[in-house]
Amino acid sequence: MTLRCYGLLHYRRIDDAMNFRAWYEVHKWTSLICTIFMLMLCITGLPLIFSHEIDHWLGNSVEPPALAENNARADIDAIVADAQRRRPQDVLQFLVAEPDEPELLYVRMAEKITSPDLTAFYTYDTRTGEFLSEYPINQGFMNLMLRLHVDMFAGLPGTLFLGFMGLLLVVSLVSGAVVYGPYMKKLKFGTVRRDRVRRLKWLDQHNLLGIVTLVWFFVVGLTGVINALNMPIFAQWQATELAELAKPFKDQAPIQGPVSTAGAVKAAQEAQPDMRLSFMAYPGNDFSTPHHFMAFMQGTSPISSRLLSIVMIDARTSEVVTTREMPWYVSALMLSQPLHFGDYGGMGLKIIWLLLDLLTIVVLVTGLILWWKRRALTVEQRLRLMSEPEGAR
Amino acid sequence: MKKFLHVWLMPTLAGAVSLIGLLVALFGDGFADLFSIAMLAVPAALCLWHGYIRR
Repeated sequence: MTLRCYGLLHYRRIDDAMNFRAWYEVHKWTSLICTIFMLMLCITGLPLIFSHEIDHWLGNSVEPPALAENNARADIDAIVADAQRRRPQDVLQFLVAEPDEPELLYVRMAEKITSPDLTAFYTYDTRTGEFLSEYPINQGFMNLMLRLHVDMFAGLPGTLFLGFMGLLLVVSLVSGAVVYGPYMKKLKFGTVRRDRVRRLKWLDQHNLLGIVTLVWFFVVGLTGVINALNMPIFAQWQATELAELAKPFKDQAPIQGPVSTAGAVKAAQEAQPDMRLSFMAYPGNDFSTPHHFMAFMQGTSPISSRLLSIVMIDARTSEVVTTREMPWYVSALMLSQPLHFGDYGGMGLKIIWLLLDLLTIVVLVTGLILWWKRRALTVEQRLRLMSEPEGAR
Repeated sequence: MKKFLHVWLMPTLAGAVSLIGLLVALFGDGFADLFSIAMLAVPAALCLWHGYIRR
């Protein structure tokens, strides 16, 4: 009888009302916990959508200079030697290529081959071998945005925490869709009641924007969770497949003297002629073995460019030991990156990402306001106030 | 069924075009990118039109 009094007559069965109440509570609590972090992620994510453009604009990265002779190829070993001269106390960790900009080659340096943090990130011209720029590390606006977005300056625990918040978001979106139905029974799609109290307008906007952006937000949220598992995913590969590849060589003497980076790149390219270098790990690195270079190659079609193959190269002889595909869970990670970043459809798609990001910020803020204004009301009172077109106060 | 469609027809369509838009650009360049942008512009336009522009 109590439920009757609270205006739940349009429910055929009390069960429905109980169900609604449960879903409503799930939506309320999952949202309350994750909203503040989601707001931070949506806001820091805005500039990150355009990080490539902003980095160029700030002068952090450079466009390859226009040259008359575009097909020349500089000696990679000379580039490596130049990088080593600039930081003699450090070691080269990775060589990074950019398939979209084949004129550029990046060198990542660190104090030790296994250091998690880098000390320098140099850009070279692959045609002339000329040093072009050094990316500023751990400083500036974009670094602040990135660190807040990725781990809130708290390392792996911070990343995993944000990943968990992403899981709560997914639950919040699903439960939000379930409670959308009863609210909208008597309203036309897209109704925004502007002529009543302000909070009805906010409620209608929350429902409209929330349900329409749901699939996009769900995909970006879920792929964000997968991205947050980056470290555990590669740790799994390192502990199983990479350890297996390194095993037969564990009794070999350590490498003495210089090794040829150019020889390794050439061998990798010959082993996978239809692929392009994505990045290459130096021997002793967490992504290679103590005796081998590991070249990570990517395909040339839109989808295969997201999937990695590896070429294992003997650092002393520049001979290919084996080639492998990366496991499914690394592929899942690689495919979830573009779906999270929105960087796979040119500037137009980035602008869509910006728009939808702004709209989800509105959903988060209106949700927070709605809860704050009516936090003392029961779910039955809310439903009565919200679902009846004429019942608004 | 009519009641169900009354509530869910538009949200389902918005979700479907979003999903198509999200996926198509992964598998192609050029035209596929433009197609994806057009598809994903639908939910953004629905939000702006009903939420802010229409009176």
